[in-house]
Amino acid sequence: MSQPVLSVSGLAKDYGNGQGCFDIDFELYAGEVLCIVGESGSGKSTLLSTLAGRLRADSGSVRFCDRDGRQHELTELAEAERRRLARSEWGFVTQHARDGLRMGVSAGANVSERLMALGQRHYGQLRETAAQWLEKVEISRERLDDRPSAFSGGMQQRLQIARNLVTQPRLVFMDEPTGGLDVSVQARFLDLLRRLVHDSGIAVIMVTHDLGVARLLAQRTLVMQRGRVVEAGLTDQILDDPQHPYSQLLVSSILQA
Amino acid sequence: MTEARPGQWQYNFAFLDENTKRMLRRALLKAVAIPGYQVPFGSREMPLPYGWGTGGIQLTASIIGQHDVLKVIDQGADDTTNAVNIRRFFARVTGVATTSHTTEASLIQTRHRIPETPLRPGQIVVFQVPEPEALRTLEASEVETRKLHAHQEYGLMHVKLYEDIARFGHIATSYDYPVMVNQRYLASPSPIPKFDNPKLDMSPALLLFGAGREKRLYAIPPYTRVESLAFDDHPFSVQRWEQACALCGSHDSYLDEIITDDAGARMFVCSDTDYCQQQQEGVA
Repeated sequence: MSQPVLSVSGLAKDYGNGQGCFDIDFELYAGEVLCIVGESGSGKSTLLSTLAGRLRADSGSVRFCDRDGRQHELTELAEAERRRLARSEWGFVTQHARDGLRMGVSAGANVSERLMALGQRHYGQLRETAAQWLEKVEISRERLDDRPSAFSGGMQQRLQIARNLVTQPRLVFMDEPTGGLDVSVQARFLDLLRRLVHDSGIAVIMVTHDLGVARLLAQRTLVMQRGRVVEAGLTDQILDDPQHPYSQLLVSSILQA
Repeated sequence: MTEARPGQWQYNFAFLDENTKRMLRRALLKAVAIPGYQVPFGSREMPLPYGWGTGGIQLTASIIGQHDVLKVIDQGADDTTNAVNIRRFFARVTGVATTSHTTEASLIQTRHRIPETPLRPGQIVVFQVPEPEALRTLEASEVETRKLHAHQEYGLMHVKLYEDIARFGHIATSYDYPVMVNQRYLASPSPIPKFDNPKLDMSPALLLFGAGREKRLYAIPPYTRVESLAFDDHPFSVQRWEQACALCGSHDSYLDEIITDDAGARMFVCSDTDYCQQQQEGVA
């Protein structure tokens, strides 16, 4: 197998009061979805922000391999370089679509923004690309000039996906992307996401507290508690045969339909 | 008129004290050294409200000398309230000569226009700027916009132009049209009509921009490349009129539409009053 997209070893972010995340090790390969599950306050989002370089790590290393095969040590990256990677190689999907979208401009402008940031200057082409991406995320191309505020929650979340995937990033961070969606919308959203990930071969790190999401999407799962990974492995293995008491608790709390 | 009468309190030359002028000049030197970069400065309380040209007045005050000839325009006109008052203010606190002729002026303070008469080397134009940050309507955070400038991330500006075309079919921004200065810094040309944008490019005159409320100044030195942003398939273009000026007959100046009676009759005249005057005298 080729080099991992992301390899993390001994990563720690300490807020100073015992909160944060500690001793994180894992590797992520292209086309793989990794779910980080755990209860509120377990350090999931801290871990995600640290990986994405939004928070400064206290120790450990995060190595990212870009599309040209060059390695970047993210914990020591200069801000200019980090922002360049964030623009061209990463995506970040937030829980609340309005944090990740520009609500004041049309859907087309939202999707095109990253392309324009990378220097595309042909309006007709930008528009066509944006329309294609809207269709890929199951939004009619007639909605191209509508503002995201006129969209439903599920559509906003799908628009956010389109906005991030339009530059074909290698790695996408997702912070509870299904958080605010009702169950049927969630199911469609996850379906779509699985297809897009499968088609484009991107790597995804997704934070969620919903084990159902993990089962549907993720090949591998990390279970976190109090800032530490208490169990890591194949998702099916963890869900069917949890070893750690906390994982057992999580799995047993899923309502049996 | 500038002689102090006995008992009358005398202001320092050009109103500001010497230390303030020095602070402004240092900021200006930095601005000229980094074309288009917004330099913060300590904006002073001036005897007119923010939004009336306090930034421009401070810049003018810091660079005006006894041998300067000052011209002040507002929307191209020498005889509007803002222009008349600022001109009178400087006549009173400096005693320099004033003029309404672009060719005679060594220093021109302007609001919302660049004179039609081509500028010449040695002239300085001072612009009054309400909002120096071109990205402000799109990004509210100053911390963030400064980072965007530092890393030259200007994709956001095209989002606005994109949005214009999506909504109106063409780039509808008609004034304060964003420019790239010296292929590095994105800058607001102040609310001049985009008609005047081409005059910024390779201008022989020094162009200074002052925003008093926002406490920023920036500069475009002579003979600097200034490019108006656009898309490949929607290139930059300026306004054009079917009519000629009703007073001077000029076909290539910026025209104002003036309603002349209650029945909706209207006429188009040059916004640059000095240029219009010259044309009329030339024709006559």
